[in-house]
Amino acid sequence: MKTILLQPLDLSIAASLVIVDIGLSIVLRLRLHRQIAIAAARMVVQLVMIGYVLKFVFALNSPIATAVIVMLMVLVAAREVAARPDRSLIHGQNYLIGLVSVAGAATLASVFALITAIRPDPWFDPHYAIPLVGIILGSVLNAGSIALDGVLSGVEAAQPGIEARLMLGHSYWAAMASLIRGSIRRGMLPIINQMSAAGIITLPGIMTGQILAGLDPIEAVKYQILLMFLLSGASGLVAVAVAYAAAWRLTDDRQRLRLDHLR
Amino acid sequence: MTLRMQMLRNAWAGPFNASIDAAQCLCVTGASGSGKSVLLRMLADMDPVEGELSLAGMDRRAMSASTWRQRVMLVPAQAGWWAPTVLEHFAEATLTDAQQLADRLRLPSDIFERQVLRLSSGERQRLALIRALVTRPTALLLDEPTASLDQDSVAAVESLLAKELARGLILVLVTHDAAQAARMGHQTLHIASGKPVAA
Repeated sequence: MKTILLQPLDLSIAASLVIVDIGLSIVLRLRLHRQIAIAAARMVVQLVMIGYVLKFVFALNSPIATAVIVMLMVLVAAREVAARPDRSLIHGQNYLIGLVSVAGAATLASVFALITAIRPDPWFDPHYAIPLVGIILGSVLNAGSIALDGVLSGVEAAQPGIEARLMLGHSYWAAMASLIRGSIRRGMLPIINQMSAAGIITLPGIMTGQILAGLDPIEAVKYQILLMFLLSGASGLVAVAVAYAAAWRLTDDRQRLRLDHLR
Repeated sequence: MTLRMQMLRNAWAGPFNASIDAAQCLCVTGASGSGKSVLLRMLADMDPVEGELSLAGMDRRAMSASTWRQRVMLVPAQAGWWAPTVLEHFAEATLTDAQQLADRLRLPSDIFERQVLRLSSGERQRLALIRALVTRPTALLLDEPTASLDQDSVAAVESLLAKELARGLILVLVTHDAAQAARMGHQTLHIASGKPVAA
C-alpha cells in the first residue's frame, strides 16, 4: 500500500464541514462561529508553518539546526509547565523548575529511545528526533504541570497538617511526603489512562497516522508501544522532579514550611 | 534546664527577653492579634527569627530543627491533623500513655478510633495536647489550650499541666483568661501591638 497524497481540493472539501459548523452556530445562536473560524484558520496557519519549518530542518540535516528546534520546543513546554499552577514560587523559580525538569526528562527519554530502540543513522536524524521529542514533550507537559500544580496549589490547604508534624519534630520531608506523593500520583494519571485505554477506547494518534500513511498495522503498533513506554518513563521522571523541586523551594535551612516563598 | 530568649524578634513582633526555668510557667497575655501566637511560633523555630534562643545553654542553631521542635514543642490554638483517624497521629509506643491522659482529660475511651473530622473542637484541643505530651518535650508552648473547654475539662487540663510542671516541664502558656494566668503563671509577659509591655 502506498501513501495516498492529499490534494488542495481534498482539503477544501473537508473544510466545508467547518462551514457547516459555522452555519449551525449561526442558526442555533451558539455564538461560536467567530471562534470556530479563528481556531480553524489558526490551525491551518500554524500547521503549514511548522510543516515548512520541518521541511527546512530536514533538508538541512544538521545537528545544530535540530538542536535549536528541540531547544525551542523544550522552552515552550517548560513555560507551559511553569505557568499552569494557580500559585507560583517567588523569583520565577517555577520557570527554573519547569525548564530543568522538562529538559531533563525529555532529553533522557528521547536520547534513550534514539540510541537503543529506533537507532536512526545518525542518531540525531531530525526525521526521528524532532517528532519524538514533540510527542514526549506533550506528555511531559501534562504530567509536569499537574504535579507542580498539586504541590503549589495544594500546600496552603495542607499547611495545618504539615506544620502539625513539623511542630512534633518530624522532618520536613516526612511532613511533606503525603502532599508530594499525591501530586506525583495525579501527574501520572493521564499516562496511565492513556496506556490502559490504548487500542480499546482510543486508537492513539501516532499509530492511526502511520496506518493511514500506509505502514503495516503491526509495525505501527510496535512504534506505539515503544512510545507509550517512553511517555510513561518521561512522565514519571518529570512528575517526581517537579514535585520534589517545588517542595524543596518551599522550605529553608531550618526545615520550616515557607509559604512566603509563594505568590 | 532553662529556655532563654534574648532580643528575639521578627517583622511582626518583638524584641522579647525572658528566661523560664524548669517547673516554671510563663503566661503570655494580650489582645487578639497582639503577637502572642507569633511569639510561640518564633520559640518553636517555625518562622524566621532574629536574636538568641537557647535551651539549657544550647543555641537553637546548635541542634537540628526537628530536635529543637521535639524539645520545645508548640501546640497551636488550631492544631493540624494529617490523617483521617485519631489513632494514626500517635506512635505505637505512646498509645498506653495517650490512653491514660485521655482518661484524665475526660475524653471518651473510644476516642482514638474516631475520625478527626467528627471530633468537637474541645476534643481536638485536648487530643493535640496529649499528642504533644506523650513525646515528652522539655518545654511546651500552649496557645489557649482551654479555649473551647467546659469548666470541668479546664480544671482537668490545668491539673495535668500542674503535674507536668512539678515533674520539671517548662511551660509557656498563652491565655486570655486572667484568672488562669494567676493560677498557672510564675511570670507573666504582656504583649501589646507586638511589643512586650511592663505589667
